[in-house]
Order: sequence, then C-alpha cells, then structure tokens
Amino acid sequence: MTHLDITRRSFIVTTAAAGGGLMIGVAMSGPAHAAAGMKPNPWERPSDKAGQEINAWIVVDPDGTTTIRVGQSEMGQGVFTAMPMLVAEELHVDWKMVKVEYADGNRHVRNNNLYQRMSTGGSGAVRNSRVFLQQAGASARERLREAAAQAWSVPRDQVVAKDSVLTAGNRRGTFAEFATRASQVQLAQEPAIKQSGQFQLLGTTLARLDTPLKVNGTATFGADVKLPGMVHAAVKVVPVRGGKLKSFNFDAIKGRPGVIGAYALKPVDTHPLQTRVDEGVAVVADTYYRALTALNLLPIEWDLGPDVAQTTTAYKAKMAEALKQPGAVGRNDGDTIAAMKTAAKVVEATYYTGYDGHACMEPLNCTVHIAADRVDVWGGFQNPPGALAVVADHLGRQPVDVYTHTTFLGGGFGLRARNHEVRQAAEIARQVGNRPVKMMWTREEDTRHVRGRPAGMSYLRMGLDASGMPIAFYGRYAGHSAAAQNNPTSVANGLDLGSMNGIRDHRYKIAHNLMEGHIRNTNLHTQAYRAPGYEHNLWHFEQFIDEVALAGGKDPLQLRIDLTKDLPDWQMVLNTLKQKSGYRRDLPRGEGMGVAIGESFGSIIGMVAKVTVSRRGQLTIDKFDVVVDCGNLVTPAIVAHQMQSCVVWGVTDAVYRELTIDKGAIVEGNFDTYPLMKINQMPVVETHFALTGGNKWGGIGEPGCPPAAAALGNAVFAATGKRVRDRLINQTDLRWA
Amino acid sequence: MALSLTVNGRNYTVDVEPETPLLWVLRDNMGLTGTKYGCGIARCGTCTVHIDGQVARSCATQAAAAVGKRITTIEGLSPTSTHPVQVAWTELDVPQCGYCQSGQIMAAAALLAKRPRPTDADIDTEMELNLCRCGTYQGIRAAIHRAAAIAGGAR
Ligand code: FES
Ligand code: FES
Repeated sequence: MTHLDITRRSFIVTTAAAGGGLMIGVAMSGPAHAAAGMKPNPWERPSDKAGQEINAWIVVDPDGTTTIRVGQSEMGQGVFTAMPMLVAEELHVDWKMVKVEYADGNRHVRNNNLYQRMSTGGSGAVRNSRVFLQQAGASARERLREAAAQAWSVPRDQVVAKDSVLTAGNRRGTFAEFATRASQVQLAQEPAIKQSGQFQLLGTTLARLDTPLKVNGTATFGADVKLPGMVHAAVKVVPVRGGKLKSFNFDAIKGRPGVIGAYALKPVDTHPLQTRVDEGVAVVADTYYRALTALNLLPIEWDLGPDVAQTTTAYKAKMAEALKQPGAVGRNDGDTIAAMKTAAKVVEATYYTGYDGHACMEPLNCTVHIAADRVDVWGGFQNPPGALAVVADHLGRQPVDVYTHTTFLGGGFGLRARNHEVRQAAEIARQVGNRPVKMMWTREEDTRHVRGRPAGMSYLRMGLDASGMPIAFYGRYAGHSAAAQNNPTSVANGLDLGSMNGIRDHRYKIAHNLMEGHIRNTNLHTQAYRAPGYEHNLWHFEQFIDEVALAGGKDPLQLRIDLTKDLPDWQMVLNTLKQKSGYRRDLPRGEGMGVAIGESFGSIIGMVAKVTVSRRGQLTIDKFDVVVDCGNLVTPAIVAHQMQSCVVWGVTDAVYRELTIDKGAIVEGNFDTYPLMKINQMPVVETHFALTGGNKWGGIGEPGCPPAAAALGNAVFAATGKRVRDRLINQTDLRWA
Repeated sequence: MALSLTVNGRNYTVDVEPETPLLWVLRDNMGLTGTKYGCGIARCGTCTVHIDGQVARSCATQAAAAVGKRITTIEGLSPTSTHPVQVAWTELDVPQCGYCQSGQIMAAAALLAKRPRPTDADIDTEMELNLCRCGTYQGIRAAIHRAAAIAGGAR
C-alpha cells in the first residue's frame, strides 16, 4: 500500500498492487491564469493556424500545438481532460501543447461513424473509448516515427518520440516538422497499445483544460448561444402528461413588445416516444424575458386528458397491491421457497422511493437555425449524432445537411441524452422560418416535464440460518418501467430486468435467490438518470442488508466481507473501507456510522457515512469515506471530484426531495419546493482508491451515487434506531431520547 | 423604454421594460452571458452579480432599480481572470459542469470583500443560496479559504 497526500487536493491515493501497476497521483496544478485548452465555443477549432491532421483525432499545427478531438460531451465529468490524456499517453505529445475541440457530429455521420462513439452515458466515456483513443494516439506516434525514420534513413525503432520531439542519435525534429509526412505513411501493421503498468501520463492528476473558461464566465453553454438575428422561444407544455392543447388566444399578447408569434406544439404519433414533442405552446420574441412574459399572459385552454386523477398516494397503493402477487421472474437460482422454509429466522421489509428529476442547473434548451441548404443546431447534447438524426427526421432533411455544434453542458446526468428538447426546438424553428431560434425551458418546466428517475417499491425477505448467515433471498419489485414506455416490445412479458438493477444482480454469496418484478407505470415519462435503477434500488437493498446483519447478530460491515469471500476486488474495497473509515458501532447515541457498497458500470464503490443526530432530530452529515475500485485510473483528482458529486447526488435524493403527483401533474416546481443540497449540508468526502488494475476499467460518473444514500440511511439508523424505508429522511421524525 | 446602466465600468443604453430583471438585460441585451439563469426566483444563485459591491441576485433585481449603480458581473471581476477567488478556483479545479460557478465566484468574492478571513460558518451563511447540482461544495469551501490566503499575501 502506498499513501500520498496531495498538496491542496483533498483526497488521498491508496494504491494496492493486485496484479496491476501502481497508480500514484501527482499534483500538477496549472498556473493560476492558465490559458484554456479550448475555445469558449468548444465546437470551434482551438487554434487559428492551418494544422496537419494525422488522423481524425489529431491535428498538429506548425508551432507544435496539437489539437485532440473529443467525441464525448463535457458535462462536468472531465472528458475534456481525460479523453485527450488517453490519446496523449500514446502519442507522446508535450501535454502543454495539447488543445481540445469536440469531434464534429456532421463529419462523424458523413463518414460512417468516424469517431466510433459520440454518445455520453452509462459512465462509459473512458471504458468504452479507451482502446480506440489509445490506438489513435499510438498509430499517429508510429507514423511520426516512421516519417522521421524515412527522412533520416534509420530504422523506425531507433527513433524516439517524446514530448512532441523525435530524436535518433544526434538527429532531432519536432512533431510539427514531420506531421505532413506522417499523415501519408502507410504502416504494415498498427502498433499495439500500452497496457496497465506501462502508463506514464495516465494515473497522474493534470489540471483540467476547461477550468479557465469556467472561472471567468466565458464557457459557452447551450443557454448562452448568441447568433445574428436570433430570436428567443419560451415554452409551456400541457401540465398533465397525456393531455392536449385545445386553444390559445394570440390576440391577447400580439401587441406586446418584441413578440413575434405564438405556435402550437403538436406531437406526431409516428415519432418515437422518446423524442416526441409534448403538446404545448411556444411564444417567440426578440428577448427571452419578453417571450416568457407574453407566454405567461397568453390565455391557453388545455384538455387535461385521461390521467387527471393520478396521485402519488394512489400510485403507491397500486405498487403495494402488486407486491402481494408473484411477478415476472428476473432471477431464480437454487430453491428459494424451500430454503426459506428451513430458515431459523426470516427478516422482511418493504422500501419505497418516489420519482426524481435531474435538475441540471442549466434548464433544457436548444438553438436551431433552418436555412435553405442546411440546418444548424447548437446545444448541450449528450448524443450529438442522435440530435442530428432527430433534426433531420423532423425537418425531412438529409442527415449530412444537419450540423451540430455541441456546447458545454450545464449538467447532463442522462437528461440530455435523448434529444426530445431538440425535436421541440426544431419544431418551433420550423414554424418560425429562416432565422436562429433559441428555445429555453423555465426551471418550473424543467422540473415538471423532466423525464427522470422511476419510482419503485421493493418487498425484500431474507432467510437466515441458526448462525445468522443469510441462506435465501426473495425479492419482489414493483415500479415504473422506462422501457415499458420507450420500448414496449423489450418488456412484452412483463419483465424489465433493468428496473431491478441493484437488487436482482447483488453479488453476495447467498445460496438461493428469487427475484420477481411488476411493471406499474403512471402517466409520467421516465428516461435515463444518473445510475438508473441502481440509485434507488441499492438504497433499498443495502439498507436491507444492514437489517439482515443486525437481525442475525452480525456486524454489518463484517457480514458484507463474509458474504464476498470469493470476490477479491470486493474484499479489497471492503477491507480498505474498514481500515480507512475507522468504522465502528460503539459510538454514543446520536452518532452513527453506516456502510454500503455496490457494483455498477464496471466499478465497485464502498462508502461509510458518519452522522450526528441531535435529540431533537436534527441531522448533520459529518463525513463520507469512499473507496473506489475502478480498476485503473485516468486521473485521480477527477475521480475524487466525481465521488463528491455522487455523494451529493445520492444524499440529495434520499434526504431532501421527491417528485410527487397530484391531479396527474408533478406538484413540485422551482427550488423552493424541489430543493437541492446546499453547501452548509455538505459532508467532508474523502476518497481512497483500492485499484485492482489489470484489464479492469470501470466507470466513474454514476457508480458512486447508489451506495451514498444507503450508507447514510444505515448511519441514521445506527445513530437513532430509526430505519427510513419509505420516505425522505428529512420528512422522518429522527428524535431520540 | 431606454435605460442607462453601468456594467463592468461601461455604460450601456438598452431598450427594455423597466421591470425586466437585470439578469435578462445582461444576457440578452448586453450579451453578458456569464451570468446564468437557474431559477428566476432568487433561490439558486447562478445569476449572482455585485451591485455597488454587494451581492445581488440579478433575476430578482429590476433593471430600473440598478440605474445609477455600479454593476459588476463575472466578466468584469478581473480583466485578467486573476482575482484571488479565480486564482484559487483554478488551482483547485473547482468547477465541474461550470454552470453555477460564475455565481459561486461572485458570491465568494463579495464574501471575501466583507470578511477577508472567513470561517466555515461564514461560508455556510454567505454561500448557502448558491446551489451546485454537481456537488462542488467541498472544492468551493477549500477554494474560499485558499483565496483568503492568496489575498492575504500567501503564494
Ligand atoms: S436565477 Fe437568480 S437566484 Fe436563481
Ligand atoms: S459545477 Fe455544475 S452546477 Fe455547479
């Protein structure tokens, strides 16, 4: 084990050699007023010079500036730094000369998926792009070496490439000098890429390339797009999903300053549901505020449709009713029913979590300009080729005539992956005509029409043997299925395996497992979320495991260790967690530590939360210790920041907020009724690594979210003896005597 | 109607309804989009600016009420982006998505102007209204302390 405290960065790197190379973070803070690594408009070329492209990812300018193109979208998770590092590791470019720009979505589509993968989601940026990005860097490096070798008449293996310089004996040249020749080199065989243990750049902490633009307000988000002649659209869609627009009276706002028009938004049933335009109205004006003011004054008549009686209370009753019945089988190993009968003790509990939304700080928006020969689209796209396809489809254009310009994303978390707002903007622009239209949602629209996280209820039952060890697990789940709405044929037999993620696929060694599920939807629309399925299900399951441990007279952390003896990487995470967190159960009443662990998106993340609850029930979340096994690291600081982010995410959903339905519509609206965690509620988060190395590359953006809430719930129980199973923690009476 | 506003030391004349929130005047009339819209009801802090040196939520400030006052936005905090808060923010790589960060930085700069060595409790009180969905709060707290040290002469 190696420990390294990193100056002025509040995390500690713990590496453990388990077949992989040691990854030790090195702090390399950038100069305080560092030049940004990209343009404020990140879709634009970062240099003004005509560079030489070596391959689709790499452009070298005459002055050595090297642009590395990034196919993933920067929504805070650091892809504008991590992805070029994967290329630079192999290219042997001088990192100080690296600039970045987004890969061009149009070129990607025009050239048969040139950039291989241009969507951002599933915590997949590194793990699903690493090999081809390393290959792009290695292949370019070998071409540069070969170009120099030919020029100098030496064998390629005598040419060294380092820090953008090529040398062989006393011959020396720069990447820039050989870039043109390199672009023409044909190699008989592409080079092999480096493996874990051979990296020099990966595993170090480099200053983020996008920070300079984010401390002076210049980074362009979708909401900030400015174009000549641009007009602004404010939108309102029918409050009850499934309802319809009856009419509106434009005359009432026609004379208002700046108002250009009001337009009906009507869905077309042949469009896929995921991107279908909701029924509504858009008002367009010369500024957003004028559009919004006019929209708020516009008399609109809605037909609220068939779901006006929908409520959260009724929905919960429907789920509870479903849980009384056997469901579609999602896991069945051993003979759970028989084994349960032999149990010395049975523990059972029902958990519930409501709907939640992404609440990106930047409300949804998109800018579209339709011209005769081309359509341009600006926005924070998690999937630019998807946005391009939606626009082409909606406007009946050829995909090659649509140009996407991806901005910075003011949060994504899955919300910006499906492009329904893009179709909405395209529809408004279609009605407005040949001028750029920027469409933006209000915070209230963003909350009430979010396509967020499903609600779900779990009935969990565990049989224990006489020694208190679990022998049989029986789970039933009832909840909203996004698949049932978006891709009904995929769940035709009533089984949505994904909705049970986090319970069904638990890794504990329990001989008999039976898991069943019921699909119970409301009129709300759910879609991708941060760690979908896992986020709320692990909150249920990992609290339940604590209940099981305590019922069997076991220490909850030790039980987890005992149930994963066959899983070396789990053992390493749990043992590191035990050591680092100082986990203990003998704290004075009112203080508690809770543990939880989960594996999702390729990474194992364990957490211990420490809380203090006053006698009057006031909760303070003191600390989270987080242990990460993502196999290998690209850059530790970004991982540590993502762990803080995941803790905030999980805690926010467990403690502070829930979307509820009344009269068929979401009740909560702005941050006054749908709050986020604040700085004075933030615990200290310390991240430790327990990297198992090898070929394992796990995701980072999502897998920290699920264990956070459960660790907190377990800590609250340890402090107060109160188990929060079916409501928000801050709606629970935590007083103790 | 025409309003005259002084933003970042420059005079702008804009044609807006006097009750228009300053936020939208900055963004749509002046093109100063560093100041962000997050809620429109003074509950998130993304629109934070300084008016005569004091923190103001520009979404809840009518343009007419800012006439004759000194308005500073993120674009005007420092011509070289080297305000101690910006330096500290860069050193610690505070931003994630970045959308809330203009507001965070403006709030932090105002806090430091008022309390050059803020305590954690000061930070809790003064920064409570600035939300960050990405959860950069730990970095924000550390960077405010670091900025205080830089402003106090630390290297
Ligand atoms: S937009 Fe002003 S405080 Fe949220
Ligand atoms: S950095 Fe994304 S909201 Fe704060």
